[in-house]
Amino acid sequence: MTELHNMLSTSIPKFPRGVRLKHDEARQEWVLLAPERLIKCDPIAAAVLQLCDGKRSLSEIVKLLASQFNADAAIIERDVTALLQGLSDKKMVQM
Amino acid sequence: MEIPTPSTIGLPIGLLAELTHRCPLACPYCSNPVALEGRNTELSTEGWKRVFSEAAKLGILQVHLSGGEPAARRDIVELVQHCASVGLYTNLITSGIGVTEKLISELAEAGLDHIQLSIQDSDAESADKIAGYKGAFAKKKIVAGWIKAAEFPLTVNAVMHRANIARSAAMVELAIELGASRVEIAHTQYYGWALPNRAALMPSRTETETAVAEIDALRKRHHGEIVIDLVIPDYHATYPKACMGGWAKQFINVTPSGKVIPCHASETIPGLEFWNVTEHTLSDIWYSSPAFNAYRGIAWMPEPCRSCDRREIDFGGCRCQAFAILGDANATDPACHRSPHHALMTDIAEVDSNGAIGDYLYRKFPANVA
Repeated sequence: MTELHNMLSTSIPKFPRGVRLKHDEARQEWVLLAPERLIKCDPIAAAVLQLCDGKRSLSEIVKLLASQFNADAAIIERDVTALLQGLSDKKMVQM
Repeated sequence: MEIPTPSTIGLPIGLLAELTHRCPLACPYCSNPVALEGRNTELSTEGWKRVFSEAAKLGILQVHLSGGEPAARRDIVELVQHCASVGLYTNLITSGIGVTEKLISELAEAGLDHIQLSIQDSDAESADKIAGYKGAFAKKKIVAGWIKAAEFPLTVNAVMHRANIARSAAMVELAIELGASRVEIAHTQYYGWALPNRAALMPSRTETETAVAEIDALRKRHHGEIVIDLVIPDYHATYPKACMGGWAKQFINVTPSGKVIPCHASETIPGLEFWNVTEHTLSDIWYSSPAFNAYRGIAWMPEPCRSCDRREIDFGGCRCQAFAILGDANATDPACHRSPHHALMTDIAEVDSNGAIGDYLYRKFPANVA
């Protein structure tokens, strides 16, 4: 397994004010709501974002997902980092 | 003709609630209709609450509380609270005028998610002239400070036209200075009050291209710092905008009196039958009202749209624009280079941008409407 960058592995992702993860009852899916934006979450994004509770660190999230999906932590780490970095650029996640 | 049915109609995502048409500002590009609805026709508090409850059930996720100036409604806090209680994401679209620090903190407590503040120009004097309100610019900067002090996420909305287009980049810098996390550089869309003001507002092609290029460069420079959204200048475009993401496909607009329309300009199209929330449920209106079904899907499309590979990308563009320019709401939006009338858009832009800058026709109520 590749090491997480120190800065990132201990970072705690959270949703800034104005961004909300919500289960959309009408469509039966998870959505991330932000100013003038809305992202429909695929099952993987939904699984990741539901773990972003403002307490867990990135490495803890990766560990939980790796065990939940019985998958290679390095691959999970890469996917989670890419997802959160993309959302962070859009100001939809704070690291 | 294929009739849309509930099984082929998707669920709406967003609802624009024009809570009132009253507004202290008089911007000449206001998207409200020229025939403004007076205070005595406005829905009651209970009326709006019912709309929001029905919206949440129907699948609406985001509500944009707009106007006019939504803070002119004395029940604005109560309405926000109600939206939050039924799970709606709430966005307040305000001019900032008439907003107090106390109101900002009450809105925060009520669960408001986001605030969009309009700013007319980065130059104070010009901004006040555009808004038709002395001191507007200075007041807005103070309000932006209150919004940030309350830790709200802030979007700055700037409508661009001939008087301010040279300061597109300065608007982005001002938005950053005010602590905005998002800025909308919105080139004027010629509907509502902007249409009769077109010759006073239209920038030249060169000014437009320069402004668009500046914003592109700023977007790269400020990547990750501020989100910059650009509403493209229609009259200089190659393809039309995917207006409202498709007619009655994602959005609902409710006017102050409760009339439900597919977009803010759709009342300009003659012959459309709109239903009102005082007589129908929002769900009935979404699925069955004649205006919402008028341009759904692709069956209504003429050529070249009907066989176009982009027909479900831009949906034939904007019906209101086709009517405004060509007098035919069924036509291909002339903003599209594939429209046989595309040259007309370029000609209009050319003529209007070279005309003398006249005095604005400021937005106002007629004398007989309160």
